Amino acid sequence: MIELDNVGYSYGGGELLSDVSVRLAPGSFHFLTGPSGSGKTTLMKLCYGALLPTSGTVRAFDADMRTRDRDEMAMMRRRIGVVHQDCRFLDHLPLADNIALPLMVSGHDMGQENANLRELMNWVGLSDRADALPPELSGGERQRAALARALIMSPDVVLADEPTGNVDWEMSQRLLQLLLELNRMGKAVLIASHDLGLIRAAKAHVQARVLRISNRQLHLAGADL
Amino acid sequence: MSKGTIRNFLIGDAQADRMVPPSGFTARLTLFVSGAMAFLTVFALALSLASGRLADRWADELARSATLRISAPSGQLAAQTKVALTILEQTPGVASARALSVEEQAALLAPWFGLDLPLDDLPIPQLIEIIAADPGYDVRGLTLRLSTEVPGAVLDDHTRWREPLVAAANSLRRLGWISIGLLGGAMAAMITLAAQSSLAANAQVIEVLRLVGARDRYIAGAFVRRFTIRALIGAAVGVVIGMAGVLLMPAASDEGGFLTGLGFQGWGWLLPLLIPTLGGVVAFIATWLAARSTLRELA
Repeated sequence: MIELDNVGYSYGGGELLSDVSVRLAPGSFHFLTGPSGSGKTTLMKLCYGALLPTSGTVRAFDADMRTRDRDEMAMMRRRIGVVHQDCRFLDHLPLADNIALPLMVSGHDMGQENANLRELMNWVGLSDRADALPPELSGGERQRAALARALIMSPDVVLADEPTGNVDWEMSQRLLQLLLELNRMGKAVLIASHDLGLIRAAKAHVQARVLRISNRQLHLAGADL
Repeated sequence: MSKGTIRNFLIGDAQADRMVPPSGFTARLTLFVSGAMAFLTVFALALSLASGRLADRWADELARSATLRISAPSGQLAAQTKVALTILEQTPGVASARALSVEEQAALLAPWFGLDLPLDDLPIPQLIEIIAADPGYDVRGLTLRLSTEVPGAVLDDHTRWREPLVAAANSLRRLGWISIGLLGGAMAAMITLAAQSSLAANAQVIEVLRLVGARDRYIAGAFVRRFTIRALIGAAVGVVIGMAGVLLMPAASDEGGFLTGLGFQGWGWLLPLLIPTLGGVVAFIATWLAARSTLRELA
């Protein structure tokens, strides 16, 4: 679904990533690790077209990112659920609307999607926070809400940047459960995380591949993780 | 744009409107600017229409009338007047010629000398009012003929002071239309600035909307609709106040001169009603262009 082929990314003076090749196939489950600042978020952004590679090609749903116009890029993003590290909400809208945002902007009938929305909010444990504004939420609540927003459109690919950074162990297991469930339905999942416990827990359930960025290159980490 | 599209645009997507946080300051600014511009446009329009009417009336009335003045010793005055009238009756292109009566001449002089003036004792020249037919008479030919047969006659066809008056009225009309153009341009510029500042203030919101898959048209639409509706409302209020101002001006009268004729007549009253629509169109285009250029800079 998303393929990176010999991708390099440079900013200003330095090269952050070079010769990165990876393929996120339907039903695949990837973890992305690496030290802070190694380019995990940049790699994520390359996957959903927020950044364009400075060399190599990124293809998503069989089309080169470079050839997409702005509308095509928008349509592509409706098929990719992204959990951003800093969450990014519309602070003036209540949480329920923020989670339903992808449905609203793509013109879905909100009346029909209400049950779906309630179920998802229930799953991430935010039912009683539906009317809260994003600034009133705790870090963990924001992350759960971001995950819910990423999943509401039932996307083909889920990209999550540190989705469990601020939640407790029990909740992170719950979120992982949700992602594993989606993965079993054939979605491609890529999670950037430092959390080795989470990776181990996932590997007990699914054939997860662990990718590691070091020295600007992407490596497949050993099975010992 | 079809009727349905315009209706959909104005009714709008209530959800899309909520995506952009309400912004009190730029909203009031846009309302004020479009209201003020519409108010001024009403007066510029009234000025243009009134000076247009004035130019047409002066050009028409003065072109069709001329005055023949006969100054002669009192003994010959009646005879010369008779000859002059005969000549005028024979001249092709003169619809009518009429010697003014003593009372009419007294009325013309009254503003200067008062009503009690004993006109009989003064050598007042006789005035003859000439109304031209269409096509008119040959002014040079008539002047030549009169100079030989009625030595005391002076023909004044009003050209001398008609032309500058008509030219002045015409340039007043032109100034009015230029003002309307400038007001529209200034409104477009100010709404562009307000829209740009609103877009810049909401850069975060736009970024989030793009990331969850909103198309440019959806995002721009939320801004464009907001500014267009504000401009429409502001301009409507401005036009109503402006028209009330015009309505309260004294009606056209001889005493007030041309100044009191400043206003609308007949179908002219419908023209200001177009201003809010035009203001809305200006706001629509200005915001659309601003949104498009801002969105292009974002991922």
